[in-house]
Amino acid sequence: MKIHEYQARELLAKAGIAVPAARVVESAAEAAAAFNANAVPLQVVKAQVFAGGRGKAGFVKLVKSAAEAQAAADFMFKNRMVSVQTDPEGIAVKKVMVAAAVDIAHEYYMGLVLDRAKATVSVIASAEGGVEIETVAHQRPEAIIREALHPTLGLQGFAARRVAGRLGFTGRQASEVSQLLLKLAALYAQYDCSIVEINPLVLTKDGKVLAIDAKINFDDSALFRHPDILAMADPAEHDPLELRAAKASLNYIKLDGDIACLVNGAGLAMATMDVVQLNGGKPANFLDVGGGVKPEGAVEAFRILLSDSKVRGVLVNIFGGIARCDLIAEALIAAGREVGFKVPVVVRLEGTNVQAAREILAEARGELPTLQSAMDLNDAARKIVAATR
Amino acid sequence: MSILVDKNTRVICQGITGGGGGAFHTKGCLDYGTQMVGGTSPGKGGTKDANGLPIFDTVEQARKATGADATMIFVPPPYAADAICEAAAEGIRLIVAITEGIPVLDMVRAKKFLAEFGDKITLVGPNCPGVITPGECKIGIMPGYIHTPPAPGKRRVGIISRSGTLTYEAVWQTTQLGWSQSTCVGIGGDPVKGLDFVEVLTMFQADVQTDAIIMIGEIGGTAEEAAADYVQKHVTKPVAGFIAGRTAPPGKRMGHAGAIISGGEGTAESKIQAMRAAGITVADSPADIGRALNMAMRG
Repeated sequence: MKIHEYQARELLAKAGIAVPAARVVESAAEAAAAFNANAVPLQVVKAQVFAGGRGKAGFVKLVKSAAEAQAAADFMFKNRMVSVQTDPEGIAVKKVMVAAAVDIAHEYYMGLVLDRAKATVSVIASAEGGVEIETVAHQRPEAIIREALHPTLGLQGFAARRVAGRLGFTGRQASEVSQLLLKLAALYAQYDCSIVEINPLVLTKDGKVLAIDAKINFDDSALFRHPDILAMADPAEHDPLELRAAKASLNYIKLDGDIACLVNGAGLAMATMDVVQLNGGKPANFLDVGGGVKPEGAVEAFRILLSDSKVRGVLVNIFGGIARCDLIAEALIAAGREVGFKVPVVVRLEGTNVQAAREILAEARGELPTLQSAMDLNDAARKIVAATR
Repeated sequence: MSILVDKNTRVICQGITGGGGGAFHTKGCLDYGTQMVGGTSPGKGGTKDANGLPIFDTVEQARKATGADATMIFVPPPYAADAICEAAAEGIRLIVAITEGIPVLDMVRAKKFLAEFGDKITLVGPNCPGVITPGECKIGIMPGYIHTPPAPGKRRVGIISRSGTLTYEAVWQTTQLGWSQSTCVGIGGDPVKGLDFVEVLTMFQADVQTDAIIMIGEIGGTAEEAAADYVQKHVTKPVAGFIAGRTAPPGKRMGHAGAIISGGEGTAESKIQAMRAAGITVADSPADIGRALNMAMRG
């Protein structure tokens, strides 16, 4: 799960990490008032959206007066933000943050993320902050500092001091930075984060260490024990179909093709998308109905797939393990009766209870004329691509 | 021989009464011929499950009463990491964790706990289909009938995979092409897990009943690249493979907690390239995994 920059900033502040004064507003008039309330000469107005590339798109603006703040916010509320990270229609801005700008002496990067190979969380830090950390890692790997956390003890004091030292901090500032890092690591563990990053972490000209921009994502699997984090989720930032799918415990991601896929298992779902593409089609989605799928969940899956107006055909690929083929077959027929299959549907079933499933489908054939069966994965992909051309 | 499990493996199910699949799949394993000897469900000790297997409150009691040396875990996500640690603490040699959705930091801590037992304990999973040695022992949720037990004249493939249902796909294809399977290991789709490709490759290379190997990976992480490097240096048996997620857009989490391309790392292309460079025959289509194995076998 993702949260907005202003929410991440609040979590940092709560953890005792210094952040510049800021206010979040939902109208241009409020932005002017926020500028006056912040009461510093130079401020920055930032659109609160999940997609990156805000600066280049004009959705991060330095302002010197309440009028400028109002104009900047007005632009952001009236236009959709289009960047390399959004689709061509862009995204609407619902909130902007008006924050005090600071006099920067130096920019750093400070983050924590899971290191799979070491099976623990690692600190990633760099004295070359303010830019994409991936770019730094790629071009100048020696500029990246890594410090693996102890899997059960977490970040130890000496390790935090080591990072601060390697970043070039000395004396009082080194203590300040290592304290900040310890707080950041504690926050990561406390909320079951999947990534925490401050970019940039700045040293101001008057010697202060401040977190200017922050990104925090959370481990979806751990949200059950963080109702406070779950309450921060912004439904407006998600595709409505994806939200609907999440409610039905379906793993659905909308893509831009026209062949819908309904599959059990994440790996097989990805492989099904791959084979559709290899046969000249374009997948409309990733959908893993999971192993424990219930009939009503499977029916909802069909409703979701068919409500995407771009969809010209559906490929069902089930290899039953936990999921039982007969149950999928019944759901398929129930969905067909309820929503009607106006588009071709190609079904490939194999695995647990497949014989019963085939009989169920055979009986319903007359009722659902656009339904075709396939023998294997290639056959299924070829049939659905042919049927949608 | 096979690896990890055989006809002598004695298995309990942790979470045997739960709606998470424990009850359904305990029966599935029994029907397949696995020596299921009992299960645990805290609060229900002293009763029996629908198959007449004894239920215990703790793994300690289950192990003492049944002599189990392996466990299949269906405990719900909030308690699953604790169940893994419990099995290890009681000296269960093989822990197969099926549970999906365990918090990553729980697994980070559990893995550290397991490390203290060294190689006495082996964890498979979590978020995996399990382990099967066809004809002898099935621990997990895979449909048994798609597998072929080794028989005279049949070549034997060992299969390792990060994905559950995609493993079935590979098994089914090899069965249809006349292969048998020595052992199939689903290592699971989570970023922090037990056995990884390299460990299982090592076992298959050493196993005299395995003639060839299939490894199925997916986007995310760099385990396939490490596996390719290991194959190049240490594996003399033919290896075929497939990587799922070629068409997955970066930054999107495709179901598996591990399956995400980030920071240019973990793309299908980099994995396929590393595997091909190591001499692995990589199928372009998931429908051609069996054929890739035949090609690898012909060398």
